[in-house]
Amino acid sequence: MELIFSKSKQGKRGIKFPRVDVPVEVKIEPKYKREKLAELPSVSEPEVVRHFTNLSKKNFDVDSHFYPLGSCTMKYNPKITEKLASLEGFASLHPLDPQLIMGGMLTQGALEVISNLEALLCEITGMDAFTTQPMAGAHGELTGIMLIAAYHRNKGNKKKYVLIPDSGHGTNPATAAIAGYEVKTVPSDENGVMDLNEFKEALTSEVAAVMLTCPNTLGIFNPHIKKITDAAHKVGALMYYDGANLNAIMGKVRPGDLGFDVIHLNLHKTFGTPHGGGGPGSGPVGVREELEEFLPVSRVVKRKDGTFALDYEKPLSIGYISQFYGNFGVMLKAYVYILLLGKEGLIKASEIAVLNANYLKVKLKKYLDVPFDKNCLHEFVASVSHQAERGVRAIDVAKALIDKGIHPPTVYFPLIVKEAMMIEPTETESKETLDEFIEVMKELALLAEREPDVFRDFPKTTCVSRLDEVKAAKDMDLACLS
Amino acid sequence: MIPEDLKYTKDHEWVRIEGSEVVIGITDYAQSALGDITFVELPDEGGEVKMSDTFATVESVKAASDIYAPLTGKITAANGALEDTPELINQSPYGDGWICRIAATDASEEKVLLDAAAYGQFLEESKS
Repeated sequence: MELIFSKSKQGKRGIKFPRVDVPVEVKIEPKYKREKLAELPSVSEPEVVRHFTNLSKKNFDVDSHFYPLGSCTMKYNPKITEKLASLEGFASLHPLDPQLIMGGMLTQGALEVISNLEALLCEITGMDAFTTQPMAGAHGELTGIMLIAAYHRNKGNKKKYVLIPDSGHGTNPATAAIAGYEVKTVPSDENGVMDLNEFKEALTSEVAAVMLTCPNTLGIFNPHIKKITDAAHKVGALMYYDGANLNAIMGKVRPGDLGFDVIHLNLHKTFGTPHGGGGPGSGPVGVREELEEFLPVSRVVKRKDGTFALDYEKPLSIGYISQFYGNFGVMLKAYVYILLLGKEGLIKASEIAVLNANYLKVKLKKYLDVPFDKNCLHEFVASVSHQAERGVRAIDVAKALIDKGIHPPTVYFPLIVKEAMMIEPTETESKETLDEFIEVMKELALLAEREPDVFRDFPKTTCVSRLDEVKAAKDMDLACLS
Repeated sequence: MIPEDLKYTKDHEWVRIEGSEVVIGITDYAQSALGDITFVELPDEGGEVKMSDTFATVESVKAASDIYAPLTGKITAANGALEDTPELINQSPYGDGWICRIAATDASEEKVLLDAAAYGQFLEESKS
């Protein structure tokens, strides 16, 4: 597709302003003036509309296609949440409003939303306090580990390591390293969960935290979880819960009850707000009471008279983790989602998510290997290793799926499964959609047996064919238009 | 393809012993599992490494993998050619795709390394 710049022709205009009939006097210091005119395309209004409408039709999104992208929880985003988040009273608030003198009175509704959402998230996860500031999951992780570091510093604890199982999300070790800790990786056992003996061996008094995803990226709930959290607390380590997979256990188990001390959630996964290019995200962080004083400022507090205010008087706070209060629009949508579903609805959502994943696993086992073949929770990891012997790898099956109108699952993750394909259907898909997916996988498995060579050319129906991933990773050209 | 004259680790590195120095790289199995390699972070020449420490990183289109020092010693040379042409590891894992040379300080550590037959058996076992 052409860039809009190539449609540009001098003299074309979308809007023509009338000639100015009053004296113009704009004083801008020369140092602030641009040296040459901005490079903007000269195009008519219909050209602009057609360009962007056609561009948007090339989107591959959850509104138009099945999207079983493991560990991403690409569930349907209910449109009513969009409608309520765009209510004038919320959408046109300025983030500085509550900080102005008397501004708090104009923003009571928004502050109440933040406060109520924090309370609901506490109830769902079993934590004592939440901050909504982090902008996404990885940002929440960093906030969480910074809170743990602040806690240990305040106690005078000398801690050096963070333990992470080898099935953990790649962001976990990155987070721990950026927060100043050394990472120790703990291998998985034959059941696909963190090896308990190896864990106990690695767990010394120098361990600051253990970062766990539960259920993990294989969709398996760790049966030793209580033993793990107890052992960690015994040596003064804190337990961090990566909430990426919370969709599997909402209303069934609360991480706080399992012994986790800090947790991040992905509102854009579990609570149905858009992501994957359609974001932004939101990664609230919850803590136990002992860590509350370290949470980022400002905190939304409820006064005795029932009104809400912002509290900055938190001397032990780690400070601002982002500007203002986080992605307010996303919080608002998640708040609406939680209220819409209610307690029973959230429980049901988790149950159907787990049911859908198990249905796919059982049906797809005929065509794909499933290395850790247990009852899974919200997702499972299949392997294309059988097909790979004939030269058809996970990436080839993924590309073939695009031609079938299905977003490929996460591939090559977790690293402990060869030719991995991590499948997460979510609760919002019907049995008919799942059956269609099974049919497509069956067809591709047969094709891999009969004509493995054809896979090299997929996808064929997209606006660009197979991308050169090596070139994309090696010869990066990040320069802006000059 | 597992050359007989090399030693191996269970992390899929190979070691060629050349007197007091050893040459290190990743095995054919490792490069094939990683897929197209796009970037190699080489160790600093002159740096000290301890056995099992991570001392280099190999990044492919699929994943970034740490490389563990198979032996303790001092890095005497790193294969600078990999900075511009990391695909040498895919094309020639046991030849031009070598990663670095180490002056090993503890000869007894070599006993822990696998020979070609043992590494081949290890690969077979991890397949099942």
